Amino acid sequence: MKQIYVGLTGNEAVATAFKQARPHVAPAFPITPQTEMMHKFADFVADGVVDTEMILVESEHSAMSAAIGSAATGARTFTATSSAGFALMWEVVYIAASLRLPICMPVVNRALSGNINIHNDHSDAMGGRDAGWIQLWCENTQEAYDHALMCWRIAEHKDVRLPVMINYDGFIISHTSESLHILPDEDAWKFVGPKDLKTGYSLLDMDHPITVGPLDLTDYYFEHKVSQIEALKRAPKHIAEVYKEFGQLTGRHYSFFEEYRTDDADLVIVALGSTAGTAKDVIDAQREKGVKVGLLKIHMFRPFPAAELAKALSKAKVVGVMDKAASFGGWGGPLFNEIRSALYDLPARPKIHNWIYGLGGRDTDVKQIAALIDQLQAIAKGREAETVNLLGVRL
Amino acid sequence: MAVNLQTLSKNEDLLTGGHRACAGCTGSNILRQIMLTAGRDTVVGGATGCMEVVTTIFPYTAWKTPFIHSAFENCAATISGAETAYRALKKSGELPVPRERINFIAFGGDGGTYDIGLQSLSGAMERGHNMLYVCYDNEAYMNTGIQRSGATPFGAHTSTAPAGKVKQGKDRHRKDLTKIMVAHNIPYVAQTTPFHWKDLQMKVRKALDVDGPAFLNILMPCTVGWGFDPALGIELSKMATECNFWPLFEVENGEYKLTYKPKADRTPIEEWLKQQVRFKHLFKPGNEHLIVEIQRWVDDEQRKLLKLCGEA
Repeated sequence: MKQIYVGLTGNEAVATAFKQARPHVAPAFPITPQTEMMHKFADFVADGVVDTEMILVESEHSAMSAAIGSAATGARTFTATSSAGFALMWEVVYIAASLRLPICMPVVNRALSGNINIHNDHSDAMGGRDAGWIQLWCENTQEAYDHALMCWRIAEHKDVRLPVMINYDGFIISHTSESLHILPDEDAWKFVGPKDLKTGYSLLDMDHPITVGPLDLTDYYFEHKVSQIEALKRAPKHIAEVYKEFGQLTGRHYSFFEEYRTDDADLVIVALGSTAGTAKDVIDAQREKGVKVGLLKIHMFRPFPAAELAKALSKAKVVGVMDKAASFGGWGGPLFNEIRSALYDLPARPKIHNWIYGLGGRDTDVKQIAALIDQLQAIAKGREAETVNLLGVRL
Repeated sequence: MAVNLQTLSKNEDLLTGGHRACAGCTGSNILRQIMLTAGRDTVVGGATGCMEVVTTIFPYTAWKTPFIHSAFENCAATISGAETAYRALKKSGELPVPRERINFIAFGGDGGTYDIGLQSLSGAMERGHNMLYVCYDNEAYMNTGIQRSGATPFGAHTSTAPAGKVKQGKDRHRKDLTKIMVAHNIPYVAQTTPFHWKDLQMKVRKALDVDGPAFLNILMPCTVGWGFDPALGIELSKMATECNFWPLFEVENGEYKLTYKPKADRTPIEEWLKQQVRFKHLFKPGNEHLIVEIQRWVDDEQRKLLKLCGEA
């Protein structure tokens, strides 16, 4: 299939993909660095390129609430947020998943307040990791565009019916112009397809009235939570199918996680988001020097592919998990906790260490990652090291 | 469309019996009255609160129309999303069943409306959605155990601002939510209460017929929170109006109109207060000035309202 080679920022690329998915409704509220994504989308609406009804709400809490009201009718619905905006909608983020509404939402990752900081880290999305949403993570503009097209197929699948969060790093991806391949509108629409309004329930089916969001007490609530757990368990199969179909269509093949030069790697870095791009460059340089280091970049953080990750990391000697979020008072960062737990049952576990890095957008450059690899090498040679470490901080 | 008993008596009851409202609850009475006029083609939203909790305990529902609840503070936003989706799906020809018109009604108590839901209500009204927001105002957070709200009247005993040895209940008058809604310059705002069924029904009809947002503030006597005999709810509703505590009026495109004129010789506020346990302490010796203050406030508010209605 012929694709179009363009230069777009992450925000522009995601707005383009969403335009191609022809959503019915989009509640929106501004927060940096998500804003430009909604600006671009509003331009499409103003120019009549897409027929979406925007609801310009007065807060993120209302953005997600309006998205719930809209999605409950069966309408294809998205909103977008970052940081404190995500925190403000927290309550209703959980409700969207509990009501099994296939809302799609870019979370343009930004540090949580306080102190207030507009730059990238992953504290916003990590705080919402247990909200019941599917969480997909992107390394660059191309991946953000691709996931913004694929998310609809995943969220709306009849065996999934869950909201999907697409994470891409604030400014680093959202505001950086990169070259990427996009699909022509018709091909994108052919891939996404119209929302199926025939199956499932609709708040607007006046002939078959339903009650949505009732009081749910000790006698049923638990079973309803289990149905959410089960839906998330079913999701990977369908995510894999969508990844496969998209790969056949575009030549860009995704999986739950990307393994970069891990085949013979003794040392493996695990990361999310744009840092993976920097890490790949450092790994290439280290490989030149004969260091057997690779990278495992996670796309699907929720549901967490524990068994697949354990298998993929089982041959490593040392695993360095990079967390762009602190878990205050916890034992290491959230990604580290999940990885370490996933590897616990391996007959021969690698050593697993954690680096908290880049909080509040602190730049994580090649030198820092090279230093991290030096430490992984030292640990592999038997040097004692802290389990949880900091990277790029002044102490 | 005229509202009369003959028509209403033939309309379908869209809130079934068997829900779990307290004996003597005037809230379910309000919902039933509204739904009789609104009819089947209505999508209802409920803020977390008494009426949501008592009508939808899973796996039961008292609603014969579509109903959605998501949280406490966001009923207006939730319904605004459904209303927008209706317009979008109608435009694209994808409605599940064709309907030229659907009513969208959001219900919230005073806690969910005067207080925690005010922002989301204000936003939805300002955006001009074709929806009706109904506040059933029972003057405190009744669902959570009778805590003080922005609607609680001066002197009322509540569980968070109780009457004690040194304090005499709430020390502030309530905010005027109806006027706050008038200030949104929406086509229709009105205040009513269930004793006057015709006034209530007319206002529901008008609110649903306007093109754009409408707001009704409905005083809802609460047998538990106010402390009165469950048989007297409608009587208390009537007395609140007769003593000018809860005047019935409407504001159509900015024009105020008094829709019910109490007797020229208005009922003193004590008559209403003394029926309710929440005001019992006001009748203790030494607290006379508190009743005087409530009467002063009622008289001032009434004077201002009559002026606005061109009746002064």
